[in-house]
Amino acid sequence: MADDKKTLEEILNLAAAQFKVPREKLTADDDFFKTLGIDSLQALDLLTRLEHHFNVELPDYELQGVSDFRTLASRIQARL
Amino acid sequence: MLNLDKYNSLGAALREALDRWPNETCLIESDRDKEKTRLTYSDFKEMALPLARALEDAEFSPGDRAAIIMSNQSKWLISAYAIFHGGGVLVPLDYKLTAAEHLQLLAHSKAKVLVVEYYLWRAIVQSPEFREYSVHTVLVTEAPPGADLTGAFRWEDFRRKGDPVFVPRQRHDVACIVYSSGTGGRPKGCVLTHENYLEQCKALIALYPFWPGVRYLSILPTNHAIDFMVGFIGPFVCGACVVHLRTLRPEFVRDAFVRYKITYVSLVPMVLKNLERGLRAKLEAVSKPKRFLLGRSIAVNKFFTGWRPDVRLSRVLLRQVHKAFGGELRAMFTGGAFMEPSTLQFFYDLGVPVANGYGLTEAGTVLTLNDLKPFRADTVGKPLPGVELRVLNPDAEGIGEVAATGKTVMSHYLDDPELTAETIVDGWLLTGDLGRFDSTGHLQLFGRKKNMIVTEGGKNIYPEDIETVFDGLPVKEYCIFAANYIWPAKTLGHEMLILVLRLEPGQEGQAQELGEALKQEIIDRNRRLPDFKRVGGSVVWEKDFPRTAAMKIKRVVLAEEIRKTLSRAAVIEL
Repeated sequence: MADDKKTLEEILNLAAAQFKVPREKLTADDDFFKTLGIDSLQALDLLTRLEHHFNVELPDYELQGVSDFRTLASRIQARL
Repeated sequence: MLNLDKYNSLGAALREALDRWPNETCLIESDRDKEKTRLTYSDFKEMALPLARALEDAEFSPGDRAAIIMSNQSKWLISAYAIFHGGGVLVPLDYKLTAAEHLQLLAHSKAKVLVVEYYLWRAIVQSPEFREYSVHTVLVTEAPPGADLTGAFRWEDFRRKGDPVFVPRQRHDVACIVYSSGTGGRPKGCVLTHENYLEQCKALIALYPFWPGVRYLSILPTNHAIDFMVGFIGPFVCGACVVHLRTLRPEFVRDAFVRYKITYVSLVPMVLKNLERGLRAKLEAVSKPKRFLLGRSIAVNKFFTGWRPDVRLSRVLLRQVHKAFGGELRAMFTGGAFMEPSTLQFFYDLGVPVANGYGLTEAGTVLTLNDLKPFRADTVGKPLPGVELRVLNPDAEGIGEVAATGKTVMSHYLDDPELTAETIVDGWLLTGDLGRFDSTGHLQLFGRKKNMIVTEGGKNIYPEDIETVFDGLPVKEYCIFAANYIWPAKTLGHEMLILVLRLEPGQEGQAQELGEALKQEIIDRNRRLPDFKRVGGSVVWEKDFPRTAAMKIKRVVLAEEIRKTLSRAAVIEL
């Protein structure tokens, strides 16, 4: 559980940094397309960044149907 | 290229292609920066025929339907050919739909065979709707060793020795059933014949020819009408090569242009804009003197390519730009969704022409395409050879509904004679799109008559398909409209779906402001939809919806009432 929280926190920090959005504006259940103002290709760019950070390989389909940070964190956590 | 007039079916033309160019490379499949597969036409045949033979043994008969749900990869095309070889009808489904939607379309199409990627199959079998599933044979690709396939076969093992019987089809026989929409309850399965495809292919490659050595980068999903034609049939009947990327990550897409020296690519606006963003950032990062020189080169290029592109000259003048695209790129195709003219012009000025076109699945892919002689960023080009277009009931500005006829127009909607009769009238396909011809015969589009949007990712979204997600919303009634349908904008792009809410009597005091709880409920339900299908705003309507005797909402009447009473400013963004 603590790991889940840590993963989520790291994702929020990385997303804020990559898309230059104040960290405090992001919450776990945000629709990241809307909050970050990004399209699905930019979301894939974020996935690449997360792969490097967590040192895991994430196929594109891991993002299919996912639009909030919490679910994204659980998908990544499952591969750690 | 093959003379397509000589063939009666896609299967026959593809069969000839496999024998005509045995040693040419037809497929390259790359996953990120690793090449996974490289096949010659002869290799392709060797992989497809044992599959066709195994399908025969599985009682797949001529006229039977087989669905494919896969991302872009070599097994997609190999399976499609095996299906055509046996006289089957292909049902290409969008792999980005949900499992429930896949099951709905599989049932509607009555597919006997399904070819599906493992992760998608897993989602299908876990879906509650899986109980109603009735496909006879399922082939799953890339399943991990020991995986439980729930009665399916492993694609890689599903092959038999011996020559399969090639089943000839006639031109009027059905080749594909392609769903243009309808996951919300009324599936629109466009029934397309072999003639539709052969004629479309002939017209397209007359404008943009392929030949052995040409490499087409397949990024749009292969189930998409454009990629099926330009990323499969077109290259194959000319001995060219298709490059599949198993990822859409921008860094690998950019890399693929260079690594495989791509000749053509089809893109949706979202990808083209992504490339534009990257390129602009690079151009802005160069030093001032270099930027000055680049500006001069662009000006010279524009001067010499004003009337028609000259890629050889552009490659010399703007070497660094063309190097970033692999140095062999001749044109990029785009269509299906609105493309900003400024983006098209940006690429053209750099000597990378973007051929903007217009079409719809019902018309067998493409109706108009820019021939670039001269390049026109503000139009979707002229009708393809063999396509006849008309503007119906033009207004004072010459704008009316575009209607099309020709050999590429679909036969009918599957099992829906009523919708077919509404859509194809006296042999003319009513597109629902509004346009006019300019003095040079180029078509310009100005919006839609139909209640739907096309996203930047090229997806057609119909309100009826997503309304069920809001079932049970605590309001008196609701329905969804395309904002531009209520308030015609005489333009395309920036399209949005809106939720029209009729509140319960006790909620009426909230007037234009939605209560926080209701707003949150709408947001939560919206999230159940894929991001490209979501509604962007809502509007509160203070009267009961007009309904027919059968209690169906009179959408046309309601849209008109809203238009007369409210302005677009009344939309509350979600």
